[in-house]
Amino acid sequence: MGLKILTEHINVPGIETLEVYRKHGGYKSVEKALKTMSPEEVVEEVKTSGLRGRGGAGFPAGMKWSFLAKPEGVPRYLVCNADESEPGTFKDRWYMEKNPHGLIEGMITSSYALGANTSYIYIRGELMFILRILEKAIAEAYAAGLLGKNILGSGYDLDLHVAPGGGAYICGEETALLESLEGKRGNPRNKPPFPAVKGLFQRPTVVNNVETISSVPWIVNNSGAEYAKVGIGRSTGTKLISASGNINNPGVYEIELGVPVEEFIYSDEYCGGIWKGRQLKAVVPGGSSVPILPANLILKTAEGEQRLMTYESLSDGGFVTGSMMGSGAFIVFDEAQCIVRNTWNYSRFYHHESCGQCSPCREGTGWMEKVLHRIEYGHGHQQDIDLLVSVAKQIEGNTICPLGDAAAWPVAAAIRHFRDEFEWHIKHPKEATAPGAVYRGQLDAVTA
Amino acid sequence: MAKVTIDGIEIEVEDGTTILQAARKIGGKIVPPAMCYYGPLKGSGGKCRVCLVKVTQGSAKDTRPMPKLVASCITHVQDGMVVENTTNEEVLNARKSIVEMLLINHPLDCPICDQAGECNLQDLSYEHGVSAQRFEEERRTFNKVDLGPYIQLHMTRCILCYRCVYTADQITEKRVHGVLGRGDAAEIGTYIENVIDNDFSGNVIDVCPVGALTDKTWRFKNRVWFTKPLDAHRDCPTCSGKVTLWTRGEEVLRVTARKDQYNEVEEFICNTCRFDKKETSDWTIEGPRHIDRSSVISANHYELPVLNVPIVPNLPVSTKKNLPQE
Repeated sequence: MGLKILTEHINVPGIETLEVYRKHGGYKSVEKALKTMSPEEVVEEVKTSGLRGRGGAGFPAGMKWSFLAKPEGVPRYLVCNADESEPGTFKDRWYMEKNPHGLIEGMITSSYALGANTSYIYIRGELMFILRILEKAIAEAYAAGLLGKNILGSGYDLDLHVAPGGGAYICGEETALLESLEGKRGNPRNKPPFPAVKGLFQRPTVVNNVETISSVPWIVNNSGAEYAKVGIGRSTGTKLISASGNINNPGVYEIELGVPVEEFIYSDEYCGGIWKGRQLKAVVPGGSSVPILPANLILKTAEGEQRLMTYESLSDGGFVTGSMMGSGAFIVFDEAQCIVRNTWNYSRFYHHESCGQCSPCREGTGWMEKVLHRIEYGHGHQQDIDLLVSVAKQIEGNTICPLGDAAAWPVAAAIRHFRDEFEWHIKHPKEATAPGAVYRGQLDAVTA
Repeated sequence: MAKVTIDGIEIEVEDGTTILQAARKIGGKIVPPAMCYYGPLKGSGGKCRVCLVKVTQGSAKDTRPMPKLVASCITHVQDGMVVENTTNEEVLNARKSIVEMLLINHPLDCPICDQAGECNLQDLSYEHGVSAQRFEEERRTFNKVDLGPYIQLHMTRCILCYRCVYTADQITEKRVHGVLGRGDAAEIGTYIENVIDNDFSGNVIDVCPVGALTDKTWRFKNRVWFTKPLDAHRDCPTCSGKVTLWTRGEEVLRVTARKDQYNEVEEFICNTCRFDKKETSDWTIEGPRHIDRSSVISANHYELPVLNVPIVPNLPVSTKKNLPQE
C-alpha cells in the first residue's frame, strides 16, 4: 500500500463529523498555519511541494497562487471548483461526501495563504445532497470557531460559502464558473484578463480543484519538501483516480504518482484486471476529453518504456502516441466495446454541453456528433472519416475556452488509433449495426 | 504609445488599443473581419472567431510568438508586436473553416432575406467562404418569433454574435433580451416571447450582422440595392436625429442609423425616427450617403478584398469534378 494523504482516515465511521475528524488529526494545519506561519510561508511550502492542479490541466498550484494580484484594499477570493462533471470522473464527489471537513480545512488554510476573507465552494447542481453535507460541516466549523471572525484567536477572518451551479459542464471551466457564481449565464470569459487579476466580481481570484485544496493541509503539516518526496519527477504527491469501465474493482483509488499503468489495471490492490477474463482493448486515462489509447500504447510508450501514472509519462509521445493525466478518470474498455459508439457518445456529450458562445465549438460539436451518429448507425461514407479529422482540427485551438479542444481530441484520437474500426463500420453497415457486434481486427492482430 | 506591425505595415497606436482597432487605423485590405465585435458596445467581441490573427512576435521585450491564433478584437497591442493577418496561411485557413462553421446552420435563404446586400455574413462568405458544402445533416431551425409591431426575430438565421444582447443591456433601460438555451440550441429570446417595448429597441436591428432581426416596417418592401441612401436629420427630442434614409423615388422605405464601413453605427437612434417618420417632409435631407463598403449596397464595388485567398479551397475529394478537356 502506498502513502495515503487524502484517504488515510476516510473509512473511519463518523469522519464527516467535526469531533471524529479532529480526533484523527483534523484542523491541525489550520492551527499550525494561522499561529506559526505567515501566508507567504504557506505559499512557499505549496510551491516546494510541487503540487499540481488536480482538475485536469496540471498547472502547478503554488505557481498559480503566486500569480495572484494583490492590490491594496481590494478583497481577494479563493474559489473551490467542485463542479466535477467530466464523464468518468467521480473522485471529488466521493471525497466531499466522505470527508467534507478535509475540504473545509484545506479551504481555511489555502484562503489564509492567499489572504482571502471570503471563499466559495462552487458545487455542481446535481450534487445537492453533498451540498447539504458540506453545509452541515461548515456549520460545525463555524460553531467551533474555525470559520467566521478571528479564527482560533489569530485575528484572521474567513467566511465560507457553498454555491450550487445549475449542472452545466461548461461551468467547470474557471471563468464560466466565476460568471455562474456571479449569477450570470455560465459563459467562459475572454482571457486575458486572467482570474488571478480580474476574477470573481472583477477581483483577484484563485480557482482550485477540490483535490488540490484538500492536499494543502498535509503539505502544511508535513512540509512541502516531504510531499515532493512522493511521486516521480515533476509529478509529486498522490492522486485520486476514478477507475471505471470493464474492470473487476471500479472505484476511487489514491495512488502515489508513478505507479505503472499495467500494475494499476491488473493488480488486485487497484482495478483487479479486466472483468470476465477479457482482453484489454483501450483506455481513456484522464477523463472523456483526453485522447484514447489502444492497449499496446497505454501499457508501454512508443519507445517501449513502461508507462507510469504520472503527468509526464501519460503524455509521453504527445498526442500522436500519448494522452494526458487529465482529471484522473481512468476508463477501461474491454474487447467487447465498440470505439465508434463510444466516440459518438462522448461527442454527443460535448454537443449537449457546448455553451454556444463561440462559433467553432457551437457548430462543430454538433456536426461531429451527427456524422458519428451516422457512421454508428450504418449510414456513413468513407470520406466521413477525413471529414471528422478535418472538423476536429478546425475546432481545436480556435475557441475561447478548452471545451472545444476537449470535444475535438477524443474524436481525433479515436480515428488516429482505431481508423480500421471506423472503416469497418462504414464498409459493413449491416454487421456493424447488429446487436453486440464488435470489430475485432486490431485485437486479433495483437494476439496473432 | 505602442508600435505594432500588421502585415508588414507599421503603425503607432495608444496603449490599450486592440489589434483590430490598430488594423482599422491602417485600413484597407489588412483589416480582419468582425462578426461579433461592435465598437460602440462594451464587452462585445471574442465570440465569432473570424478575426483570428497570428501574433508572430508578442512584444519587443518578449519576442516569442503567441502559441495559438488570437482574436484580434479583444487582444491588446504591445509595443513591438508583429501581427500577421492576410499574409499568414494558417490564419486564412482558420478563417475559412470558421466561415464554414458559421454557415452550416445558416439557412442561406439570401434570395428572400431582407438583409441580403448589406449582410456581413454574405460578404464574409463571399470573401473567405468555400463554394461547396460539406455539411449534409439537417440544419437547426426555429420558429419565427414576433417581438412586437416593429421587430421580427428569425432565429434560424442567427449566428449568436450577442450584439443585440449587449445593445439591449447597454442602451435600453429594461433588459428583456437575452440568450436562452445552450450550444447550437441557444437562441435569442425575450423571456417568454415578450414584446420589446422601449424607445431604443429598434437598434437591435442595426447591430444584427445577419437577417435575424429585421424591421417589420421594411420587410419585403424592396431590395437594399434598389434603394438610395440619403443622409438626413430632424429635431428629435429623444435622440440625435441623425439618420440615413433609404429611399426609392420620393418614398422613404427605411430609416437606419448612420453606419460606417465596418457596419458600426455612429449614433443610436430612437424608435420614433426609425419607424414612424417615413415622409420626406419629416426630414432635412443633407445629401447622398457614401457607403464605403465592398458590398452590393455600394453597387459595382464588390471585389475580393483579400487577393491571395485561393478561391478554390480544399474541397473533399468527392466533390471535386474533373472539368472536360477541350
